[in-house]
Order: sequence, then C-alpha cells, then structure tokens
Amino acid sequence: MARTFTEAAIAGIGQTEFSKASGRSELQLAAECSLAACQDAGISPHDIDGMITFTIDNSDEVNLARCLGVKDLAYTTRIPGGGAAAAATIYQAMAMVNAGLCNNVLIWRAMNERSQYRFGQNPNQQMMSYQSGNGTGSLLWCVPYGAMTPASWGALQAQRYMHTYGVTNRDLGYISVQQRKYAANNPAAWFYGKPITLEDHQNSKWIQEPWLRMLDCCQESDGGVAILVTSLERARDLKQKPVRILGAAQSIPYNVEVISNYYHDDLTVMPEAQGVAKRLWKQTGLRPSDMQAAMIYDAFTPHVLLQLEAFGFCKRGEAAEWVKAGGMAIDGELPVNTNGGLTGEAYIHGMNSMAEGVRQIRGTSPNQVQRVQNVLISSGMAGAILSKD
Amino acid sequence: MTAPTDPPAAPKPTRIAPIVTLDAKSFWEAADQEKFIGQKCGDCGKFTFPPRPMCPHCHSLNRQDVELSGKGTVHAWTIPRHPHPFGFRESPIVAVIQLAEGIRFVSNVVGVGYDEIRQDMEVEVCFEPTMNNHKVPVFRPRSK
Ligand SMILES: [Zn+2]
Repeated sequence: MARTFTEAAIAGIGQTEFSKASGRSELQLAAECSLAACQDAGISPHDIDGMITFTIDNSDEVNLARCLGVKDLAYTTRIPGGGAAAAATIYQAMAMVNAGLCNNVLIWRAMNERSQYRFGQNPNQQMMSYQSGNGTGSLLWCVPYGAMTPASWGALQAQRYMHTYGVTNRDLGYISVQQRKYAANNPAAWFYGKPITLEDHQNSKWIQEPWLRMLDCCQESDGGVAILVTSLERARDLKQKPVRILGAAQSIPYNVEVISNYYHDDLTVMPEAQGVAKRLWKQTGLRPSDMQAAMIYDAFTPHVLLQLEAFGFCKRGEAAEWVKAGGMAIDGELPVNTNGGLTGEAYIHGMNSMAEGVRQIRGTSPNQVQRVQNVLISSGMAGAILSKD
Repeated sequence: MTAPTDPPAAPKPTRIAPIVTLDAKSFWEAADQEKFIGQKCGDCGKFTFPPRPMCPHCHSLNRQDVELSGKGTVHAWTIPRHPHPFGFRESPIVAVIQLAEGIRFVSNVVGVGYDEIRQDMEVEVCFEPTMNNHKVPVFRPRSK
C-alpha cells in the first residue's frame, strides 16, 4: 500500500475521576479512561492499532490491550522523560498518523501516585534504582546531599532564574491563586469549589525555603486520562468535532535533562522549551499572538514562568509581572491552565491539561475562553498546537 | 552487646552513601580518599560532568581523572524543608556549585547559617562522612 501524508486530529478524550485513593488497580484506571476516550470518539477499542505512554507509568501495554480487546496492534512506544514527555505522545501519535502507519492511536496515563506510593516523598528502595528512560540522568548525584524529592530538584533548577529576576515566592502565589480559581469552577478538579487567596499561599508551609511553598507544588493524584488520535478526515465522520494537531515537537538540547537539569549553559532559561517553541512556530507558521489559550506543565509554579518566556509570550524575566497583571486569567492576554493545572485539577503528569486543551478547542471547558482557534500545549520538553478544524 | 568499659563512640554518620555507577566509580573512590577529581579528556583536554565513557567533544575514550582545584561559586541553592531529607539532623543547604574548571556539581554548602548563604559566594571543597564509611565532597566558604 502506498503511503501518503495524512493530517492528524484528536477524536476522543476520556478520564476517570481524580482522587487521593482510587480504590482500584492502575490497570483498571488505564482501561476505564481508554474506554472512555474511545466512546467519546465513537470508535471500538478493538480497532486501536497504536498505543503510546511515557515512562514512570506502571500499566503494561499488553495487559491494557488485553483489557480493551485490541485485535492487532501495529505500534507501541513508551517515551522517556516522565511528565516532560506528556506532549511528546501527541507528537508521536501525529507522526504515526501522518505517515499512514496507524489509524487509531491511543495515548494513556494512569497512576495511583497518591494511594499506592508517594511521588513527593523521599525515595523508597524501588525509586532509588532510577531506571534509565526517566530522562533524569543525574539524579543519583543529588541524593547524598539531601535533594531527594522532585520539589528539591525543581527548586534548584528554578532558583537562579528567580534570583536573577528578583522573583519572590509571593510573586509565584499569583499563579497558584489563578489556577485554583480555575479549579474552583471545574467540577472534575480535586480542588473544585476551593479557591485560595494570596495569604493562603503565603501561609502554606515551606517545601523548599525560600523558593517553594506547598501551594507551589502539583498534587499527588490517583487517576487516568486517555486521548485518541486518528486522521482528520476520519475524525470529521466521528462523534465529536475534530481537534486538529496543527503541529507538535520535542526538543532535548545538549546537556539538558528532566528536572535535575543543572548542566546546560544558562540556568535562567529553559532551553528545551525554547527548542520546542522554535520548532512549533516554524512548523505551523504561527506566532505567540495566534494562541488563545495555553496549557503549560506546572509541576512547580516557577516553571510556568520559564515556559511563558521560552515560548515568547513574555520577554525574559517579565513573566511574573505579566501574571500579576492578570495575563493568565480568563479575560487576560493568554488564559493558562484553565482546568486548574496540575496544582488545581490533578497531577496526571500533564495528560489532564492536554485534555483541557482539547475541551477549549471543542468549546466545552468549564472555563471556556471565547473565540478559540489555537491552543498551545507544553510539557517542557515537548509541545503541540491544537486547532479548530 | 557493647561492654560497659568501651569508650563512647563518635556519632555514626547518617548521610546516605553515594549510589555508585560504573562510570562514576573512580570519582567516589577518590572522594573516599578526600580527593575531588573530575573527568578531563585525554585528547582534547576538555572537562565533562557528570562523568561519561566518551568525550562529547572529540569522542575520545581516553578518559583522565584529574584532581580539581576544589574552588567554585554557589550557582543555585535551596533548603529542603518538607519532607525532611533522610539522613540529615538539620535541613542541609543544597547547592549547584559552579567549579573553576567550568563544570557544575550538586553538593552542600556547610559551615554557614541559613541567613548567610549568598548567590555566587566563593566556596572550596571539604569532605563529610556518610553511612558505610564513605565520604562525599561538600563546600564551605573559601578561606581568604
Ligand atoms: Zn575530547
């Protein structure tokens, strides 16, 4: 069969509830959200022919395929980098559909990362082994020094930026307050109906003094999210309005790694996000001003600022002021993380914010932005631009 | 059981010992001898960290371990508060040290109060013991 270039689109999204104790296996969460994404699209799970997730997910491809009754899988991959690879799943699904190699690509993420183990705590024996593929090549060098948690690695990565531009912890609070405002209006969010004030933020305990407080950190959550990618042409005949994948990219510049990322030249920038931005703008011919909303990986609040600057929404060092002036609010220049983000909605490693990007294009977000044509998705080392058909 | 006549033992180190990979073995063995070494390419002469089997600049496998000056500056720092880091009585100051040789190294700054730590302050290497009789390089304010 001759292969031709095929446009790709997102046809379905599915998720479980987001909780602190799901009460069932990670595989069951994976199966439930995957089925929900297929039903949302109106395709049979039997017809899935591609499966993509990213590292630090315990649900096995073949076991999940067995649950869904996948008849004949043509492609599987598990992308390195943990959460930084979230948007790289869209990138690879797009590429498989573009190349005509797959018709129904399932992307999934399902974890009991609060009830079964604790992501934010000191590492246990299993985590100390630091399997390759997590994208954090130098973590072992941090552990004897008491940097044992994602927050400690993240604070160390963001500190020079904060120092250089005089960004205080109070400045970060504006991000938390805005995202919790979005979450408070999102029935699926863990913090639905629970907005916070800047004082709440400032009263939350130090996690990394004097840079990160509790309310600067993403949650630990149980839950699953799945996304179904197919061709644009086929998506037009399915249940939902198609969400075009206009462009998608990954970037891992020399000496950059996930979170223990201290070895590249300039620690006041995020070179991986700059690389993603460069590729996305080139691929699509679009500019920052063409985006009506953005979903930006917010494991820790300062990384929202670094990504806003990397993508060119703000000049270097100006993102904190931009946020303070209401830039990421619903009526701001660029609404950001309108689901409440990973701090407000849940921490399904960026997948839940990508699903929110789809809702914004469909017009079904609980915090719907008016007249949306394009939404940027960024997980730091990868990104995508979703668009209206 | 300890006999009542034994002299009181020094408190046992509680810091976690380094997790040693084959490519970093010589580094940690040198640290046990209170030597702070770095990887220098035997062909192009460039320094590389973290240690790796191949020089990324000229692809030489001729890897040399040379003693470093041990001098550097505090490039980034944080104080882990919650959860309390395992193996420390008081929260340590964790820092990225910019070394004189142009490479960076994650470590602790010791011998300074929490309110005395300054961005880019000059530091020099010293060593602290860990569990299982190992030592790790840490940094203290540079003596004049
Ligand atoms: Zn060389």
